[in-house]
Amino acid sequence: MMIREKFDELRGKKEGALIAYICAGDPIAEKTVEIVDALVKGGVDMIELGLPFSDPVADGATIQAAIDRALTSGMNPDKFFKLAGSMNVNVPLIVMTYYNLIFRRGIKRFVSDCKSAGISGIIVPDLPVEESEELHQFCRDAGVDLIFIVAPTTTEERMNLILDKASGFLYIVSRLGVTGVREDVADSTEGLLKRIKAPIPKAVGFGISKPEHVREILKAGADGVIVGSAFVNIIAKNEPEMLKSLENLATTLKSVTLNR
Amino acid sequence: MKKFGRYGGQFAPEVLMPALEELAGAYEQHKNDAKFVAELRHYSEDFGGRPTPLYHAKRLSEHLNKKVYLKREDLVHGGAHKLNNTIGQALLAKYMGKERIIAETGAGQHGTATAMAGAVLGLETVIYMGVKDMERQKMNVFRMKLLGAEVIPVSSGSQTLKDAINEALRDWVANVGDTYYLVGSIVGPHPYPTIVRDFQTVIGQETREQILGKEGRLPDSIVACAGGGSNAMGIFYPFLNDDVDLFAVEAGGEGLKKTEKVAYHSASLCAGEEGVLHGARTKILQNKYGQILESHSIAPGLDYSGVGPELARLVDTGRVKARNISDEDALDAFHVLSRLEGIVPALESAHAIAYVQKDDVGDLVVINLSGRGDKDVETVAGLK
Repeated sequence: MMIREKFDELRGKKEGALIAYICAGDPIAEKTVEIVDALVKGGVDMIELGLPFSDPVADGATIQAAIDRALTSGMNPDKFFKLAGSMNVNVPLIVMTYYNLIFRRGIKRFVSDCKSAGISGIIVPDLPVEESEELHQFCRDAGVDLIFIVAPTTTEERMNLILDKASGFLYIVSRLGVTGVREDVADSTEGLLKRIKAPIPKAVGFGISKPEHVREILKAGADGVIVGSAFVNIIAKNEPEMLKSLENLATTLKSVTLNR
Repeated sequence: MKKFGRYGGQFAPEVLMPALEELAGAYEQHKNDAKFVAELRHYSEDFGGRPTPLYHAKRLSEHLNKKVYLKREDLVHGGAHKLNNTIGQALLAKYMGKERIIAETGAGQHGTATAMAGAVLGLETVIYMGVKDMERQKMNVFRMKLLGAEVIPVSSGSQTLKDAINEALRDWVANVGDTYYLVGSIVGPHPYPTIVRDFQTVIGQETREQILGKEGRLPDSIVACAGGGSNAMGIFYPFLNDDVDLFAVEAGGEGLKKTEKVAYHSASLCAGEEGVLHGARTKILQNKYGQILESHSIAPGLDYSGVGPELARLVDTGRVKARNISDEDALDAFHVLSRLEGIVPALESAHAIAYVQKDDVGDLVVINLSGRGDKDVETVAGLK
């Protein structure tokens, strides 16, 4: 399913989007399929699947630990695309990874592998718009969304460059820093959301873990929220009731996005 | 210039892009500013001890049957060439109104030089260092703390330089408003490779003047060790358009072998492949999927999975020749220089000496003695 279709569908139902990040292969590839099913069952609207890279500079300790577990379990791009292709889910899948894995595989091949595996979007946290020309072209040709990140520090000039190339949705960084659970959500988010007039869906991530956060963010004008570390923390514990806990957290967060 | 051929660039998180622009702008603004230049000169000379001598190593020359000069960067305050860069960037940070500087360190040399610059310029200083490196370089950890810096141990990944860089980048992402990230080598996103090279170019400028004064001609070759490559680029840069052979000597470690996870060396120029690491497109040690390999060297300052993009470019064009030296040969050179010249070299610099010992590099050679080996004495003693 395409990302924009999903946002349109949700808007029609007056719902915000709940996007969940998990790292593929954490703790093992087989479990990832069950985790995605549990999240979707709990009401998650889109899945951001991390393709683990050895040096994840934009991620905090929680997600780096997930990435380490996934790499230890043997996750690699070949297995990743096989895994994503085998998933039978009715929500858009998005891959989040670092540029060297894309560059090394060959940009064209990476995008075409995404297409074949049913992945609708790509997020690359270490690829600013200035360096994205090649990937952008292949994505456009293949009909895969290239999702860009904007931050509170993004200038107007850069914002325009980004809006020119962005598709799917804009990934809004709620505050400065790396990924990870935080107690509150920065005020800067609201200001940033207001600055973006373009008609592209806006989803806010980094530090969102609680229903209050979701409510606040949607109220501030976002079309969706991205929750990563809170789910990853549950996976890290790897307890027998993990799948149920993930589903429950998804249901709790999703309920806040209804009836906007 | 954001790129060196196809290398370099700015592969950085969006949050940092405005900071990189701000830095590039500030550097352009201040680098030729008379006040900045005078102040930098004051600190380089009166605080740092520049200019450093170009020493004719007579006994080493006899031993090698060629005329060998050593550029004595080991005599720079702190014991290595690192201060040339840190004092320059710390001063730039001050001119930019930043109150806090952060840095990563491998051998502890860059961390120490950053702590010195931070102390003398009154800046809050935070150093990230891999736990494994902290173990290997206890004295430098203690020195950094003495100098008032906070040393934060990094226990993720391989617990060495690349992990310390990751952690320092994370700090910068979170504190980009008031913090200056002081990169220690000619690596990272633009404008760092250019800024660091410029501040290290003083090595080559002095060398040029000194060798012409002593010999009335340029050397046949210049040999420098290369991890990230800052001492090499610093001494090479003023000679790029001359008929002088330039050798960048990497850590061959235990041989140019690798597995899916580990390289037994740190020779990115000799054995690396093109990729993107720490903000720049360059030659890196990686597996077939693009995962970064843990590197190895007996010399912690060379123990890095990437290399400066400008050096990668110069190796591609053939202007700089990349070579590598094993741990064993570097150790041998460490002893040779200590006994023949009464100078204990850093294990990093010992790689350059070892290369001159091993190969034909002409009759008149300059070796960049990038640092002194006091920090390595314990490591070497432990091997016996």
